[in-house]
Amino acid sequence: MERRSSVALLSVLFLGIALLYVPILVLIAYSFNASPLVNVWGGFSTTWYGQLLHNRQLLEGALLSLEVALAASSGAIVLGTLAAIALVRFARFPGRLLLTGMVNAPLVMPEIITGITQLLLFVSMVQLLGWPHRGFTTIVLSHITFCTAYVTITVQSRLQAADRSLEEAAQDLGATPARAFVEITLPIIAPAIVSSWLLCFTLSLDDLVISSFVAGPGASTLPMVIYSKVKLGVSPDINALASLIVCAVGVCIVAARWLMIRGERRAALEAQLASQ
Amino acid sequence: MRRTWAPGRWLIILPPLLFLLVFFLIPFAFAFKISFAEAAPRVPPFTDVISFTPDHHLQLAISLGNYRYLLTDEVYGVAYLYSLRTAFFSTLICLALGYPMAYAIARAPRSTQGLLLLIIMLPFWTSFLLRVYALEGIIRDTGFLNTALLHLGLISQPLHIMRTSVAVYLGIIYSYLPFMVLPLFATLEKLDPTLLEAAADLGSPPWRAFLDITLPLSIPGVIAGSMLVFIPAVGEFVIPSLLGGPNQLMIGRVLWDEFFGNHDWPVASAVAIAFLLLLVGPIAIYQYYNVRQLEA
Repeated sequence: MERRSSVALLSVLFLGIALLYVPILVLIAYSFNASPLVNVWGGFSTTWYGQLLHNRQLLEGALLSLEVALAASSGAIVLGTLAAIALVRFARFPGRLLLTGMVNAPLVMPEIITGITQLLLFVSMVQLLGWPHRGFTTIVLSHITFCTAYVTITVQSRLQAADRSLEEAAQDLGATPARAFVEITLPIIAPAIVSSWLLCFTLSLDDLVISSFVAGPGASTLPMVIYSKVKLGVSPDINALASLIVCAVGVCIVAARWLMIRGERRAALEAQLASQ
Repeated sequence: MRRTWAPGRWLIILPPLLFLLVFFLIPFAFAFKISFAEAAPRVPPFTDVISFTPDHHLQLAISLGNYRYLLTDEVYGVAYLYSLRTAFFSTLICLALGYPMAYAIARAPRSTQGLLLLIIMLPFWTSFLLRVYALEGIIRDTGFLNTALLHLGLISQPLHIMRTSVAVYLGIIYSYLPFMVLPLFATLEKLDPTLLEAAADLGSPPWRAFLDITLPLSIPGVIAGSMLVFIPAVGEFVIPSLLGGPNQLMIGRVLWDEFFGNHDWPVASAVAIAFLLLLVGPIAIYQYYNVRQLEA
């Protein structure tokens, strides 16, 4: 494609990027505002960051969210990678279409529907089996459900691009298919798995709607605590907390992206070397 | 291939298949069942649809009251229509803004392409709730936008954007724009440049080549991006709840209030089922194009 863009195209691109970034940058700037009035600049200060450390409700919410995110993203990479292997490597099996549908549908399903249906499942399960009680377990189970979809999509595309001939060579040399996969292909798709773990971690950390439905009265994740505060309007300590979260998530995403690109470059290099 | 993996194959297929079956698909069956129940002051707060009489006979107690209620109380009709209209026009605006953005990125030099994509992706993954909150800081009556415009003397009265439809539109466009740009970029990037060169050699002006070649070939991206914006936007809860006023009644908010405010789980289930029926078409279109794109 012609590598030249008109002025009009570039201006729309920059307008769009500005639309995406200005609110966040303004929020970060105001989080350092000394004045408790959100719209008046009262000088530079880190007061609001210090106050966060004394807010028990926020700290407890943050701890629960981190635990949930760790468990959910770890569960999701296992299920998502298995689903990706099944979809890429097994051309036909009963339930393939069903699996494809169930992997893609959560990506577009409105959260409010997923949330209410999963809650009704958990409530009915408790009636029938006495498990799972609403709280940590139910939040983790729902988060695994939507995170698995993202892992499958990411790993699937990497697995499709992976060169099968090396694995076949290992099999010719006597390795079992499972051993050949673990020793040859798993390292190739590892960056995709790590990167989707990071993405799932941020998705789980952010979720408000599904968690609100399945959490039950006892448990509140960080977004649930934030939502109840944000409902009352803009406040300086939430500005500080939001800036911290946005920066942490930003670091995770850049790291995930970097891992993916490095993995792709290495794969391209190996392919080049192998063809020589 | 099939032969060699055969023994272990179900160990790989079954865990994700069963997990998603139990925690994604079967929940819809429970919601469907409970949408025929009636609210009752007990735990969980609804009557049994399927039960056994003392002499072990299966007993069905199906109530169509919730669906009748959806049809007669005009709040639901109004909310469905408002949600569909808002999602539709937001999708169009995202498309109008996202297409040139994706096109510009696809035509950018390879070295800057990665950076531009990262810039678009970053907000896509950043907390949805916090981004909507950040937008509130911009468009409030005493927010950044009004302060700046008043300061510059462009307006003499602050613009009232919060609690209006404009705020809801801005919120959806701001939150979902990356969902439009990324799939569009994916199709535009795959476009074979020699086709455009051939068109130019045959005397076709650039706008003509765009209409004849680029646009038709990017239709899968247009559809995938539009569905990724439209479907979640119809069910949006956070945006109308934080930025909209009492008149910006979207179906997600109605469902939330029915559930958390009125504690009427059966009506909330019926709203969800009716909503899902509305979305079956768009989701099927999305799946179709998605599978086709993956196989391409």
